[in-house]
Amino acid sequence: METLKYRFEQGRCSLAGMPQLVGVVGSGNLEVLIEPAPLHGACEIEVRTAAVGFGATWQAVMADFHDRWSLADARISINDMGATPAVVSLRLDQAVESLAPVPTGFPHGGTP
Amino acid sequence: MSSYQELTARQRIPAMFDAGSFEEFLPPSERVASPHLAQLDAPVSFDDGVVVGRGKLHGKVVFGAAQEGGFMGGAVGEVHGAKLVGMLRRAIDEGAHAVLLLLESGGVRLHEANAGLIAVSEVMRAMLDVRAAGIPVVAVVGGSNGCFGGMGIAARCANTVIMSEEGRLAMSGPEVIETANGVEEFDSRDRALVWRTTGGKHRYLLGDCQVLVEDDTAAFRAAAIDAMLALRGGEVRLTLAGLLAEQALLERRLVDADGLTEPMDVWGKLGVPAPNKVPMLEADEFLALAAQHRATVETGG
Repeated sequence: METLKYRFEQGRCSLAGMPQLVGVVGSGNLEVLIEPAPLHGACEIEVRTAAVGFGATWQAVMADFHDRWSLADARISINDMGATPAVVSLRLDQAVESLAPVPTGFPHGGTP
Repeated sequence: MSSYQELTARQRIPAMFDAGSFEEFLPPSERVASPHLAQLDAPVSFDDGVVVGRGKLHGKVVFGAAQEGGFMGGAVGEVHGAKLVGMLRRAIDEGAHAVLLLLESGGVRLHEANAGLIAVSEVMRAMLDVRAAGIPVVAVVGGSNGCFGGMGIAARCANTVIMSEEGRLAMSGPEVIETANGVEEFDSRDRALVWRTTGGKHRYLLGDCQVLVEDDTAAFRAAAIDAMLALRGGEVRLTLAGLLAEQALLERRLVDADGLTEPMDVWGKLGVPAPNKVPMLEADEFLALAAQHRATVETGG
């Protein structure tokens, strides 16, 4: 197992509601726990993954995620069993959408 | 129609309980995960693979749980089992109208060895305590991982077992039998054979499940409500008469199945005409046929 931590400062979009869990810890899948947290406008992500040595890929996927949503005061915790980057991105979007209504149009920085 | 089998545990809860009524105990945000898996450097889940809590079913306060088959095959570890036991004990304390268990499990989580074995036995004890308190227990088996091992036994500690044809219920799973006794004994890759020996139709004909429904969430929910309402009007505790009747059913089964190795032959022995056609029958057709031939517990009043 490998634990990876990310923190993105000065997000623009805060969350409301109860913590939500999406996804399942199964082969090629992951679970994402998302919850509002007082983090001075930052978004913290902690990943525990069974696939060791993919830090650079996670960094890129997380940076993309932050570009899309720019979350503020949010804590995201992930248990991963070797999900591909596309699956990780979809699960992260699903997690955000489970907590906050999607603004009309596309989220920050997203492209159609 | 929407498939129950394809849903995750967290999707099944709102599909089965009244809309918006379910309150989860120890939700994932509490992060009560398995300490054993962490020690083994294996992936954990924030809910240890089970959702437990209290909701409403048909307006009645019903406690319940849903096992997540996608996480380690729904296997029961120490935390997973303790969550089930805690929910069952609280159902007694709060005088629940019923308990609804959405089971999907390969049984004991072998990584946790004795802790997992003890957890499963405690779940069985707690289920019987719930029944002893006069609260009916309804088990639903319709997930793609089936219900095996210790949880297969636990399912049969419920008052009513509701299954779909796709659901599977047994003690040793097909791979376990093949590994232990060889492919000549049981070919676990023969999917038709696997369903003939563990699937809902077989269990219904043999009397191990009391209700068979199509793989449809609305059908499962309606069956759970019917079972709850029917059970509330009768005796849900273990009784000597009930156990003797169950024993008689099993003794009849031993006689009926003596020397037979193919489930279709067993169905034929029960009097089912053209047993080779049974796997292909639609639910309605099958139920009409099974009504005349299935083995049932005769309590003798």
